[in-house]
Amino acid sequence: MKLKHLLASATLGLATMAVAQDDPLTVGFVYVGPVGDGGWTYEHNQGRLAVEEHFGDAVETVFVESVPEGPDAVRVMQQMALNGADLIFTTSFGYMDQTIEVASQFPDVMFEHATGYKRTDNVGTYSARFYEGRAVQGHIAGQMTESNIIGYIGSFPIPEVIRGINAAYIHAQEVNPDVEFKIVWVYTWFDPAKEAEAARTLIDQGADVILQHTDSTAPQAAAAEAGNVYTFGQASDMAEFAPMPRISSIIDNWAPYYIDRVQAVIDGTWESDDTWDGIGPGMVGIGEMTDAIPEEIRASATALKDSIAAGEYHPFTGPLNKQDGSVWLEEGETADDGTLLGMNFYVEGITGDIPQ
Amino acid sequence: MLKLEKRQRPSEVWSYATPVIAVLLTMVFGGLLFMALGKDPFVAIRTIFWDPLFSEFAFFYRPQLLVKGAPLVLIAIGLSYGFRAGIWNIGAEGQYIVGAIFAAAAGLALYPMEARWLIFPLMVLAGAFGGFLWAMIPGILKVRFGTNEILVSLMLVYVAEQLLASMALGALKNPEGFGFPGSRNLAQWSSSQNLEIVAGSGMHWGVVVAFLAVIGTYVTMSRHVLGFQIRLTGQSPRAAAFSGVNPARLVLVSLGVSGALAGLAGMFEVTGPAGQISIDFNAGYGFTAIIVAFLGRLHPIGIMLAGGLMALTYIGGEIAQSQLQMPAAAIQLFQGMLLFFLLAVDVVTHYRVRWRRPASARVAAE
Amino acid sequence: MDLGTFSPVLLIASLMVAATPILLASIGELVAERAGVLNLGVEGMMITGAVCGFILAVEIGNPWVGFLGAALGGALLSLLFALLTQILLSNQVATGLALTLFGLGLSALLGQGYIGVRAPSLPRVDLGPLSDLPYVGRIVFGQDLMVYISLALVAAVWAVLKYTRAGLILRAVGENHAAAHALGYNVVAVRTAAIAFGGACAGLGGGYLSLVRVPQWTEGMTAGAGWIALAIVVFASWRPWRLLLGAYLFGGITGLQLNIQAGGLSLLNILPAILISVGIVTLLVQLFRHLRGGPVARRTMITGQLLVAAGIVLAGLNRLFPDMRIDQAFWLSASPYLVTILVLVVMSAGRAPGSLGKTFHAST
Repeated sequence: MKLKHLLASATLGLATMAVAQDDPLTVGFVYVGPVGDGGWTYEHNQGRLAVEEHFGDAVETVFVESVPEGPDAVRVMQQMALNGADLIFTTSFGYMDQTIEVASQFPDVMFEHATGYKRTDNVGTYSARFYEGRAVQGHIAGQMTESNIIGYIGSFPIPEVIRGINAAYIHAQEVNPDVEFKIVWVYTWFDPAKEAEAARTLIDQGADVILQHTDSTAPQAAAAEAGNVYTFGQASDMAEFAPMPRISSIIDNWAPYYIDRVQAVIDGTWESDDTWDGIGPGMVGIGEMTDAIPEEIRASATALKDSIAAGEYHPFTGPLNKQDGSVWLEEGETADDGTLLGMNFYVEGITGDIPQ
Repeated sequence: MLKLEKRQRPSEVWSYATPVIAVLLTMVFGGLLFMALGKDPFVAIRTIFWDPLFSEFAFFYRPQLLVKGAPLVLIAIGLSYGFRAGIWNIGAEGQYIVGAIFAAAAGLALYPMEARWLIFPLMVLAGAFGGFLWAMIPGILKVRFGTNEILVSLMLVYVAEQLLASMALGALKNPEGFGFPGSRNLAQWSSSQNLEIVAGSGMHWGVVVAFLAVIGTYVTMSRHVLGFQIRLTGQSPRAAAFSGVNPARLVLVSLGVSGALAGLAGMFEVTGPAGQISIDFNAGYGFTAIIVAFLGRLHPIGIMLAGGLMALTYIGGEIAQSQLQMPAAAIQLFQGMLLFFLLAVDVVTHYRVRWRRPASARVAAE
Repeated sequence: MDLGTFSPVLLIASLMVAATPILLASIGELVAERAGVLNLGVEGMMITGAVCGFILAVEIGNPWVGFLGAALGGALLSLLFALLTQILLSNQVATGLALTLFGLGLSALLGQGYIGVRAPSLPRVDLGPLSDLPYVGRIVFGQDLMVYISLALVAAVWAVLKYTRAGLILRAVGENHAAAHALGYNVVAVRTAAIAFGGACAGLGGGYLSLVRVPQWTEGMTAGAGWIALAIVVFASWRPWRLLLGAYLFGGITGLQLNIQAGGLSLLNILPAILISVGIVTLLVQLFRHLRGGPVARRTMITGQLLVAAGIVLAGLNRLFPDMRIDQAFWLSASPYLVTILVLVVMSAGRAPGSLGKTFHAST
């Protein structure tokens, strides 16, 4: 097996050499959804456009959209590498093993895999600390709700989503001890019909604030129809639903990071590493808080955001207990990244089980 | 008035000519479509049909054609048994999924044992068995209760999809996967991996089995008594019954063969190109294979070529996407067009077009 | 049993909205199948309807124009299917699948400029005090007009099939096209009309998705609804009123699942109640028939009794083993399809239209 692998990489390696002298630098992007999804992929594409804008003729970008997470992803990446891409961003968790595989065949091409945890010499990973934004959302949501019921549309019960739920809950509960979270799992990142249905269900069950960890604007539309329900934009600003129901948003801002990494390749200083940036470096943006939020809540939310950005406050600061009542963080203790990355438990106060 | 007159037997000349005509028609209309999108039609057509085979990087694309085409051919070959006899299994997608689940479950039960000689063959058997079992449901229901196999097999696709999601999120979830849905990577475990047999050739075991299935089916259809019975039943079920063909047995055999082959395709995919059981593991191969079976005129060699053509539009379409920034939707539309033209021009294979005055109507038994 | 914030009334009201797209699509497919045409391209026609409807509604600024456009878009695409299967005699299964592929691509191309755009909304019918009646008000009088139109369409299809000459001809063509042809009916024309009607209905269903239920345009937004519509037709054994029941059942499953989740309930908690109530209803229907002097179906009686018994046993098990878990997402999502297969098995085999899916060619 090993020998075959080596042979394969040798042939492919030669091919890369042949095209590697090509200038300008070519940067490839592999997208999981359509660039017009209005959320996750849309923002990655905005990052790509920012790269084009920033570097002008020095950099050329290519992309393929709606690539299924599986064998097709392998082929798309190989194709990009063969056609002279020097740096490839693979922008979905599901591309993890595929990215590693293709990277081993093209040792001269650099790869950046979003939200994954496997790295090699030419595969770096990057993600955003969305939970910092969730903390701000929770802070606002806890005070905006009148029914004390906050609905949460979860995609998959994975650490990233659970982290977001916990961060939002902790900060909602901090300002409103009576708050209750109703969580539904829709098992999709993007299915407008299902997301709309989930939002309607939560509203029917009394929720008057809806948080979503899915990418379409359908829950916003459902909330707009119901009236008197508040929502937050996810991944993208979703400003078309402001000032109501969308009262703020979490924006993924990949542009600075993409520009930075492309620059590193040009300078020859690129190295495989793991980037996990939050509000401070600007990877996570908080969209405009609209007038629907009372002045003083806006002020306190902004203060919370600023202290997170400045690194003065960590959204997971003890004392915090796990759902079963056992102690997780002592007074003043903050969560380490390892625990956060593998988070598979709710904090105390959230009802219901994480689906197994 | 133009009239269609049924030929005694399908025209040989036309059955070879129609696919070529269809491809040419698709190039013309596809070219117009690409022009409307502001792309150079000649470059676009060349990128889709020529580049995967003969461009600078063809050494890379050609093996990919095998990887993409093999599951299509394997499933379509299986389907051709039933389709020729008028037994419509359109649930190959479900059998493909269940085959993959069975294979993965059988292998993972022994994880992390290092015994390729035992585990890989076991998984092959489990995959074939899973697909077989799933196809037996519509088969037995049809034989025992007379239910419609088209509908039951279609319903079972959805059940299989739910089962797949359940497995990816629950029973088969990778315990070291940080809670993310999806099984362990079977392509990275030496006991289960289905890699290229010759490096850079694209030949994995699924491709080999697909070729074997083509040859085996060719022989069966032309030489074996089963092939005779299938062809006879397809032409005239009553004549077949008179000559001693057991229709119930034929239903079970043809569904069983197609189920087992679809299950095998699922097994080779999950251990190779896909690597793991995940929520969207199935990429529609089971449905596309139905089209491939028809494009190939239900003939083993035809199916092989049709599978290759389908694979070509997939691979070429991807190149067009990344090289010409063609929207994915345009490629999908282009494929739809190709299928429509192939189905449309096929009429002249089976019917003669005649200029006739309307006469009294007489009905041809179908 | 504690239902928490779980509200059956709101669930029924919302499931009617959730079911309307598949109800519309399936009533169209029912007509096509009764004429002997198996069109597997429902998904493609629905999504084409969704995008056409959305574009027109946005450009003209009126949702009703949008619905008209949705129906036209679906019907036009279905005529392509009619051309291939009726004139050029291609295989219906393969052509239907190709139609879905084609429709998905076409809609994505057409809709490129309309992602993220908001469409004019369709107001709920407000019948004032009637809509405020407890329980029934919200369900019966508080829906939007398309929900009522879909119900009227079901009634109309039922009446036409059952009482009119046109319905008789359509059924004759579907049962035995050779005989219908021999009687002098134009099989191809009847089928083409049925296919176009099916396309228009599927288009309307798609339009309801993009204009009311979601409401916005996104690629691939039908997400398999067309396939569910196909299943419902079979579930209903090609009868309009059962189709209504089937559509609400299928449409309600997703809603029920989300409601159970949001209410913090588990399927095991409410399943006994569902089983027992379905069983009792079955028994009561039989009893009612008996009182009116009709025959009692023994099989149905036994089924009813078994359902009640199963419910009681399950409730007992729940008490004994409070930690018992099942994969409720799987069972809830898969149950409509399993029930459909069961319906296929239980009903006698000959109910499907006799010529369903077969190519018709009249030679001279």
